[in-house]
Amino acid sequence: MGGGLPVPVPAVGGGCRCRYRGDAVVGLRSPVPQVQEIVFRNFYTAFLSVRVQRPGPGGSRRWMTCLRDLCLMPCPHTEEGSQDYFCLHRHQMLCDLDQVTAMRFILRQPSPVWLHFTIEDLQIFPPGQKSPQKDFPSWLSQLTPPEQPASLHGELPDPEKVSTEVQQMWVLTEVIRARQAAARIGRFDVDGCYDVNLLSYT
Amino acid sequence: MLEPERGLSLTIARVVQRLQGSSLHSQLERQARVSLHKPEIKLESLKEDIKDFLKTSGWEKKLQNAVYSELNVFPSPCHPAAPPEHIKEPLAYMRKAQGSWEKRILKSLNSMCTELNIPLAQKRPANEQKELLNKWNEMGTDEPDLSLFRPVYAPKDFLEVLMNLRNPNYENGEQPSFRNHLGLIQVPLKVKDIPELKEDFNELGLNIGQLGIDDSAQVPPEFFENEHVRVGQKVLAEQDSAAAQQYVRQGCPTALRADLWALILNISNQPEDILYYEQLKSNVIQHDLLVDSLIYKDVKLTASNDDYYFVFEDYLYQVLLCFSRDTSVLEHFTYSSATPPKSYIQGKLGMEEYAVFYPPNGVIPFHGFSMYVAPLCFLYHEPSKLYQIFREMYVRFFFRLHSISSHPSGIVSLCLLFETLLQTHLPQLFYHLREIGAQPLRISFKWMVRAFSGYLATDQLLLLWDRILGYNSLEILAVLAAAVFAFRAVNLMEVTSLAAAEAVLADLSTLKVMPLLQIFLFATVT
Repeated sequence: MGGGLPVPVPAVGGGCRCRYRGDAVVGLRSPVPQVQEIVFRNFYTAFLSVRVQRPGPGGSRRWMTCLRDLCLMPCPHTEEGSQDYFCLHRHQMLCDLDQVTAMRFILRQPSPVWLHFTIEDLQIFPPGQKSPQKDFPSWLSQLTPPEQPASLHGELPDPEKVSTEVQQMWVLTEVIRARQAAARIGRFDVDGCYDVNLLSYT
Repeated sequence: MLEPERGLSLTIARVVQRLQGSSLHSQLERQARVSLHKPEIKLESLKEDIKDFLKTSGWEKKLQNAVYSELNVFPSPCHPAAPPEHIKEPLAYMRKAQGSWEKRILKSLNSMCTELNIPLAQKRPANEQKELLNKWNEMGTDEPDLSLFRPVYAPKDFLEVLMNLRNPNYENGEQPSFRNHLGLIQVPLKVKDIPELKEDFNELGLNIGQLGIDDSAQVPPEFFENEHVRVGQKVLAEQDSAAAQQYVRQGCPTALRADLWALILNISNQPEDILYYEQLKSNVIQHDLLVDSLIYKDVKLTASNDDYYFVFEDYLYQVLLCFSRDTSVLEHFTYSSATPPKSYIQGKLGMEEYAVFYPPNGVIPFHGFSMYVAPLCFLYHEPSKLYQIFREMYVRFFFRLHSISSHPSGIVSLCLLFETLLQTHLPQLFYHLREIGAQPLRISFKWMVRAFSGYLATDQLLLLWDRILGYNSLEILAVLAAAVFAFRAVNLMEVTSLAAAEAVLADLSTLKVMPLLQIFLFATVT
């Protein structure tokens, strides 16, 4: 499914009478040196920070924060965002994700009402491999690019960013071949027969 | 959560995919081809000229309306990794609860079927088909023996299920604490408070004209009503769905309501739509469903007994029987937490090629279901248009009122919103009712499940449903329910039992909806 490497993440929290939920840290060895995308499913984590260990100036490896307190649950006492899927892209990070040797996911859940909080189905994708994408029609690959609005800073858009985006769109269209639009046929019977006796429970 | 650019591409792709192959698509293609004969279309600038032609001839507007309709109905795309069940309902425990509830309904229907020894569906014999065709327009005169049939469930059964909803990851301690809600709903969904509601419903504010308030006899029509009608006529002339949706937030003039609602719901009653309705009618004639008896029973018990709606009995059968056979309704299950019941024909259990949905539209009607259709009969008299309007209202709004989901317009959120509003703004009343064993939701639940149909006077109900369409949300139902309690607070404080509280709130037919909403949202001291 796109070559993402699933990484098991233990549940944190516990059902003890501990009042202060606070933080949980999940450390793992980075499966790939270059990270393009991180995909996961939330389970009641309110804020996420990510730190990566990579070579700093002077050669020695140091820990750098690449994501600080990303809000996953806008209102930590309520369900909003609690079981949603999230995707973190390279260009959203505060630092480069090259030569990464280890990663730390710092999960915060300030609300005491939840028994457990963690992130699940964690997948880390290197560049060149795309995360599973939804189907797109083939015409999308023939789209003329939108006119570039006048840039406020007088700079040209970053060509690398543009080419990655176009590349992404192209891959999306390739994944979806011309899928026939589901035309309404309206038939509910099977060869003219609709004799139904009992409903099925499965 | 998706980055904006990727979310936009996904949305565009989804809308295009849905509109591709639709009749609008073929009509646009035909128009574009026809336009080639026109002198203003030049070969050098073919693309631009055709685009301009579509714009001036009003076809671009039709396309805009169709796109707007899609955006309104379908949820925004979540991450591509999200499986289909996540789009239906993101919370696992709610999906599970909905599954259990559905299983209960299936068991109930199966046991009714075995007890009465009637098949769920069978082909109608030829003479019966002929008979039904002859009396299609007066099915109300039929008096079949329905005494053995019972509704599959009533709203109060559903309320019991919602009361028992628990999030297994939430500390639902036995001891009362800040974690337990004081009302009947114990799931921690996010609901809006009054400041947020004021912002969302700001067109209902005190300084903005409303139909339902500023068109009363005491107010000269020059102040608001005449201008509002004029604007409404302009919106209809422009045929712009988005503008119509904005317009109806201040209420629809009676004469324009039918057309405005059709514009918002993007219903145009084309020949192919009429044909589709006729096809459904022939399906009704050919196959007899057990669900038909449930519909008959429901109409006889509810709408036929209602002073306002009994005249529409025949229309209700014509709409609801066809609705049960409409497989296009199955599409809404992609964004509904519910799943259509499945069965196998000729007893061939487990063999996929004999698998069918039952009923064909996947919706099992419950007690009071026909009340969703009844108010629409005041607006639409042509059966196929009435049918399409109802179907669109159902797949946009009403389905959320009888399925378990975390959606802000879902019934669970509406219940929690109602209870939270009441607790926050009428704490004494809430406490008092709770103490006497009259939890407020027990009384207001049936109002919200039916979107107040059958409880309010029809003109007031239609003003309320104007706002449901205008804001594309059902939250106004919860706000109105709280406003009704606020209005009758003085009487309610004096009652000492649930029965007495029900009596105080039994008759809502004299209530004026818009002043109640306005006072509760904008004129109550918080």
